[in-house]
Amino acid sequence: MSHSPSSADVPEVPVEARDALFHELAAILPPAALITHPEELKPYECDGLTAYRQLPWLVTLPETEEQVVAILKACHRHRVPVVARGAGTGLSGGATPVAGGVILSLAKFMHILAIDPQACTARVQPGVRNLAISEAAAAYGLYYAPDPSSQLACTIGGNVAENSGGVHCLKYGLTVHNILKLRIALIDGTVVEIGSNAFDSPGYDLLALLIGSEGMLAVVLEAWVKLTPKPQTARVVMASFDDLTQAGNAVADIIAAGIIPAGLEMMDMPATAAVEDFVHAGYDLSAAAILLAESDGTPEEVEEEIAAMQTVLEKAGARDLRVSQDEAERLLFWAGRKAAFPAVGRITPDYLCMDGTIPRKHLATVLTRIGELSARYGLRCANVFHAGDGNLHPLIMFDANVPGELERATEFGARILELSVDVGGTITGEHGVGIEKVGQMCVQFTPDELAAFHAVKAAFDPHGLLNPGKAVPTPRRCSEYRLTGTAR
Amino acid sequence: MNDLSQQFIERVKSATAPLCIRGGGSKDWYGNAPRGEVLEVSAHRGIVAYEPSELVITARCGTLLTEIEAVLAEKGQCLPFEPPRFAAESTIGGVVAAGLSGPRRVSAGSLRDYLLGVKLLDGRGHELVFGGQVMKNVAGYDVARLMAGSLGTLGILLEVSLKVMPRPAATATLRFALSQAEALERLNRWAAQPLPIVASAWHEGMLTIELAGARAAVEAAQTKLGAGDTAPETFWDDLRDQRLPFFASETLWRLSVPPTTPPLDLPGEQLIEWRGGLRWLKTDLPAEAIRAAAAAVGGHATLWRAPPELKERVGAFAPLPAPLMTLHQNLKAAFDPRGIFNPGRLYPEL
Repeated sequence: MSHSPSSADVPEVPVEARDALFHELAAILPPAALITHPEELKPYECDGLTAYRQLPWLVTLPETEEQVVAILKACHRHRVPVVARGAGTGLSGGATPVAGGVILSLAKFMHILAIDPQACTARVQPGVRNLAISEAAAAYGLYYAPDPSSQLACTIGGNVAENSGGVHCLKYGLTVHNILKLRIALIDGTVVEIGSNAFDSPGYDLLALLIGSEGMLAVVLEAWVKLTPKPQTARVVMASFDDLTQAGNAVADIIAAGIIPAGLEMMDMPATAAVEDFVHAGYDLSAAAILLAESDGTPEEVEEEIAAMQTVLEKAGARDLRVSQDEAERLLFWAGRKAAFPAVGRITPDYLCMDGTIPRKHLATVLTRIGELSARYGLRCANVFHAGDGNLHPLIMFDANVPGELERATEFGARILELSVDVGGTITGEHGVGIEKVGQMCVQFTPDELAAFHAVKAAFDPHGLLNPGKAVPTPRRCSEYRLTGTAR
Repeated sequence: MNDLSQQFIERVKSATAPLCIRGGGSKDWYGNAPRGEVLEVSAHRGIVAYEPSELVITARCGTLLTEIEAVLAEKGQCLPFEPPRFAAESTIGGVVAAGLSGPRRVSAGSLRDYLLGVKLLDGRGHELVFGGQVMKNVAGYDVARLMAGSLGTLGILLEVSLKVMPRPAATATLRFALSQAEALERLNRWAAQPLPIVASAWHEGMLTIELAGARAAVEAAQTKLGAGDTAPETFWDDLRDQRLPFFASETLWRLSVPPTTPPLDLPGEQLIEWRGGLRWLKTDLPAEAIRAAAAAVGGHATLWRAPPELKERVGAFAPLPAPLMTLHQNLKAAFDPRGIFNPGRLYPEL
């Protein structure tokens, strides 16, 4: 069973306009850069959110900025929707095609254009993989700090679109904290640069607005990213707890003690069970929750911070504490957390990964409620999350081949997100709204706020051609959602 | 009763002429000249929420910066971007609207990096909430951060939520006698190393740096870099609030440039912060020449303090390229369709 984005929010394109556009594109692009055959379109029908699929009308694979500009201009002239796309690792359907629309793949923009070790910056094309930046910067003792779980495959352009985070972002920030400047193309083909190699630029902070805008305001052509000196050393404490409340309180205690760990992650018992089988990291399988707290910096700093965290964790009631003794052991402790998604993937035919953020003080309450919902919907749920910043990733397990399970899983997920909003949090911390959470946007925002989002969109893209139907619901969709609890 | 939202809503809805949003007035001189009927917001005050373990503080716009800093200090926390206070009347709404950050900006990040959420009153009199009180939030466009530095041209910031951080366990200030070129070279070399240098200032042949972080890290860095001379205890606060004698000038330019920019050969006197990224300039050079010099190295120049007629003539802020100005105008129209909030304060076109 699969869903597609609501066609009602996507502009209709008359056949003549499409014919005219096709001829224009064929004149601009080499034949290999224009894909129309259904077989070849297939790989583009979804991103990491595979429950939603839609074949695009055609896919373009430009290689130069001039080609991107020409494609945008042509689409703009003929009022054809365009969805920009990187590696397609997004988990919320932000890169799902729209019916009758064009996919603008940036896969060929994969060059690191410059690294300036003195300025601690790199200038990269949008299709460069997140990890490739750190690999290239390693020669200078530098790295790119935001590290989404998909960093091996995901691209920096996609990171910008989703304002991606990762394990390090409690201490080192999200994408928005690590991008200095962007070269972007607007829907009419105008190319502008926003942000600066200096520490600020005049006027409104358009950079902040662009980052996390889910490809709805502009297309990224180049990004200048901030590089961070690689910490000399890193060690991790692994603590197990007998109950979730204790573990939640321990997180608050660490922060209250004035410590900002380089990573502070939690896994509950179902998650630990799933990953231990997979990576054999020696996790405590009888613990209600496992906390991983990392310290990085100079050896002196790390020693001081690890000792301080041990004291706090013991006082908070940790049953067992282990400190990584070398780099191999540190990586082993992390291996399970890093592999949590595939590990869960092994024990269930399908799963939905949710992404709510909550104030940390409600961790235990929310986890308990999720447990109750799990029983109510009859679906297993494993929790791995960025405890330090309250970003939950409940993994709801289901089998799409069992009639009704996908619907139940979707509903279960929606309830978790609404719960996040209820306790003062948000429906998405780092994965974006995409098409997955468009309905829940109606829960988090008032009609006036949604209208303001539409006005922002129109300020950049008056005809609504860039990635339409994503992220911000129309008033009509919200009334449907309020009536039926579903936006589709 | 410190919640004046309702009063503001009525004022905005009934406004027929531009409104000049004003908190403590500590930055009346900043940007282009304020215009319109004054709308006092300093009585809309109070800390709405603060829990140290959540690392977030939420306050009404009229809350004094000094009050917020005192409350945070009690719990060993701070606003790491060190907003300049300029005067005791400085309010948190003004801090966000001006978007300015202090000496530690290079290491800690800027105000916008710490702005998590706002409650905004738009030009239609609608109360809108963007962002929130959690660290990570990517639902909808990041309109909260758009407000940082928008100088009140998009709406009234009724409430702001800021991320706070623990105060560093230890700090130390070192001072070195160095030429400008040597100081810039050294600062940029240090930047690529894991050293806890959080702030820097060069003026008249003297480089002052601040170390901050874990006690062990600060001590190790002190040993590595050499002890140097110590600076007066009030140095960083005096720099942050511009009380150093250098800043007592009728005309002052602020040049924001890439930190690796070599010394700018411009007549006059310079004070350099932010590892070389911020160059304060006192000069008689014409505005056009200063702006061109900053642009030539990939930066921009703000006319910080100046006689009114000079600001009027050249504008406080560097002009924007046409397509960017169009986006600015579109955004202004989106939030303030009648153009009633702080017209001209940022740019004459807004």
